[in-house]
Amino acid sequence: MIYLDLLIGFLEVGMFSFGGAYAAIPLIRDVVSAHEWLDDEMLSYMIAVSESTPGPIMVNLATYVGSNKGGLLGAFIATAAVMLPAFFIILFIMVLEKSFLKNLYVQAIMRGLKPCVTGIILATGVYMILGNCYIKTEKSIDVTAVLITCGLALIYFGFRKFVKKGLSPIGLICLAAVVGVAVYGI
Amino acid sequence: MSVLIELFLTFARIGTFTFGGGYAMLSIIENICVEQKKWITHDEMMNITVIAESTPGPIAINCATYVGYKRGKLTGAFFATLGVAIPSFIIIFAISMFLEGFLEIVWIAHAFMGIKIAVGILILDAALKMIGKMKKKPLQVGILLASFAVITLINMLKIHLSSIVVMLTSALVSVAFFIVQKGHGKEEQI
Repeated sequence: MIYLDLLIGFLEVGMFSFGGAYAAIPLIRDVVSAHEWLDDEMLSYMIAVSESTPGPIMVNLATYVGSNKGGLLGAFIATAAVMLPAFFIILFIMVLEKSFLKNLYVQAIMRGLKPCVTGIILATGVYMILGNCYIKTEKSIDVTAVLITCGLALIYFGFRKFVKKGLSPIGLICLAAVVGVAVYGI
Repeated sequence: MSVLIELFLTFARIGTFTFGGGYAMLSIIENICVEQKKWITHDEMMNITVIAESTPGPIAINCATYVGYKRGKLTGAFFATLGVAIPSFIIIFAISMFLEGFLEIVWIAHAFMGIKIAVGILILDAALKMIGKMKKKPLQVGILLASFAVITLINMLKIHLSSIVVMLTSALVSVAFFIVQKGHGKEEQI
């Protein structure tokens, strides 16, 4: 039952994505790959689209996956599911338990979660970068992709040294699009 | 009633005009809700930021629910949260209907081959920024390295194990560590 899968999958995402949109990406990747809804490539495309359209990235991703798998109702269920935990947790903190986050055990949990989430995001980023540079069908390294990766990383991280705010994520995505058209189109 | 409509429209505006997700939204929310509308104070905004960072879910949703509740209790929270999510829902729903056809256009497909590389770099960057901000005590560094290793292994061997299991284990380890330290009366040193 696709609607139930969407509901449970995105409730999990909404409940465990500590630390913003990028913390949700590994969780969304778990859900979409467990059900074989999207592969890494399509997920990357959607992350780029979500980053370049307005609104919370997590909501954008949930709406896309939901719509792709279950039409309007699917989109509605996935989006509501990803938002509900945040909504109720904030209400819980404001209405019932203002000092909830100051509880020493809650803080101990947070101390464990933060580095864990960081490690998970790091592993996902590294794996996705390596996946882009490897041609599965031929079992060989994609030299063009390696060169583009190094070039973009150099520009993106190097930019910060010279310009105070650096290149924005949308700036990097636009640049990468131009590079893609130029390199693969010719 | 007008309070609810105003909350809805204000947050719909925030949802329509902020690119780049939650952290970009925080400054816009501060600008509108603190400086223009004076719905909440600077201190409350700081408070929201801390709460949003340590609770799960989209940061924009956390903020909208908080401000909405302050202004209009439960219904206020509902309308503000609905407002902040509706623009992206409509935009992405529209995109989802033609994205796959769109990707069949040759030069768009080429552009996305470049874009997918950029996304990998953005994810790596998010992790590096979090490492920069993290406390680097043995417990934290140990959990970071262990989760990195476990998730990498899961990815490489294509095992179906949710990241949530890794998160719950880390939380448990941290709580156990806290209880042991507390038992030794060394609370402040964590």
